[in-house]
Amino acid sequence: MLKRPHYFAAGLVVLLTLTILNLPGPVAARLKHALGGVFLPLFGLAASSRQLAEKAGETLTPRAQLLQENEALRRENQELRVQAGQAAETLRENNRLRELLGWGQNAPWKLKLARVIARDPANWWHTLQIDLGSRDGMRTNLPVLTAEGLVGRVASVSYTHSQVVLLGDRDCKAAAVVENDARDLGILGTAGPLDGSMVSLGYLSKDANLKPGQLVATSGLGGIFPKGIRIGQIVDLRPVEYGLYLEARVKLSANLSGLEEVWVLLP
Amino acid sequence: MTPLNSILVLLAAVLAVFCEAAGGGLHQLLGAQIDLLPALMVYAGLNAGLGTVTTLAVVSGLLFDSLSANPLGVSVLPLFAAGFLIHFNHELLLRQQLFAQCVLGLIASAVVPALTLLLVLSTRRTPLVGWGSLWQWCVMAVGGMIATPILFKLFHWCDRLFSYGRESSTSFRPDREIRRGRF
Repeated sequence: MLKRPHYFAAGLVVLLTLTILNLPGPVAARLKHALGGVFLPLFGLAASSRQLAEKAGETLTPRAQLLQENEALRRENQELRVQAGQAAETLRENNRLRELLGWGQNAPWKLKLARVIARDPANWWHTLQIDLGSRDGMRTNLPVLTAEGLVGRVASVSYTHSQVVLLGDRDCKAAAVVENDARDLGILGTAGPLDGSMVSLGYLSKDANLKPGQLVATSGLGGIFPKGIRIGQIVDLRPVEYGLYLEARVKLSANLSGLEEVWVLLP
Repeated sequence: MTPLNSILVLLAAVLAVFCEAAGGGLHQLLGAQIDLLPALMVYAGLNAGLGTVTTLAVVSGLLFDSLSANPLGVSVLPLFAAGFLIHFNHELLLRQQLFAQCVLGLIASAVVPALTLLLVLSTRRTPLVGWGSLWQWCVMAVGGMIATPILFKLFHWCDRLFSYGRESSTSFRPDREIRRGRF
């Protein structure tokens, strides 16, 4: 038999839920970030303990192995320096030619390193939290990537942390180009709930000359992601919408399930 | 349940949400993140008062949504519904039985995400749902079933740790007392 306190508690919870669900978007976002701030000390503690463990691990690494790694890194550094010199020369040439043609110059990318502090606890979203907020110059829709490829975009920003929506989520669509002769364009769609590393590439022309293994990168259309960021490579394709379009499955270059650090691309 | 136990349950909810967000190992292994909050609601529903059940549902639901892309407040009602129903029938349920704990954990862990997903869909959001979601749902339900008796044991241990031990009965009986005479 329901008693008065039962009715009171049930009514209170229903009223509270309806009120919060009907809050205006910015107010709800601010409240959400304020509540998320409760976990900041715990995230800080987790990061410190991880660093301590890493340091402890470093002290246990044998000297011979460290020297070997150091030598390999030195060689890689030299190779990258040569490549960076070539790239700088190409950039200068590109800018000179653009100037001759009267085109605007390409601004170089500014990158900021961010640490992944949390993943979405709900299974039906592909998002994560990073430790950069508005105090670090973050704002919504900034592209997020790793050295391997595109990861997603910043969806919302608080003072100390930001939420990144990953590729494959319905809220993160990207215009993509297949790096073949025809430069076929498509739109990166959603991933399955289980496998976040495979994303669909839709709205491809039915005459597109696509083959498994071809690389996919951002096309620069849409205004969020700049041109030329690697996304992944085509795995297979099939006709959809009664043969009007082709849809390909793309294996993402970045390992979205094992992200620890990401780069945020600043304008 | 003492106020200290209620605080411990709320702290456990904060830690559970933190572990779900910070620890991705289980998600990588099983393809789904196990939610510990329904199991906590089962414990609170069976052992705590209505005030604790309500507070736990509101606090844990809001904290869960704050780290998720869920609309804020969407997890509160399903958690409260599970805790409320269990609390309402807690006198009929065999709370000490392992089987009862497992079954209640299984049902709560299956019903809460399903209700939350229905509420998310009713807010016109488009979560990632497909055939793989069935596997995730099963993992969450079974994970909750396993977690519930573990949480019961853990809180029972905490209860013994922070409360006075039960005094053992003495063999003294007043009717068997030998009264000494004057001489």
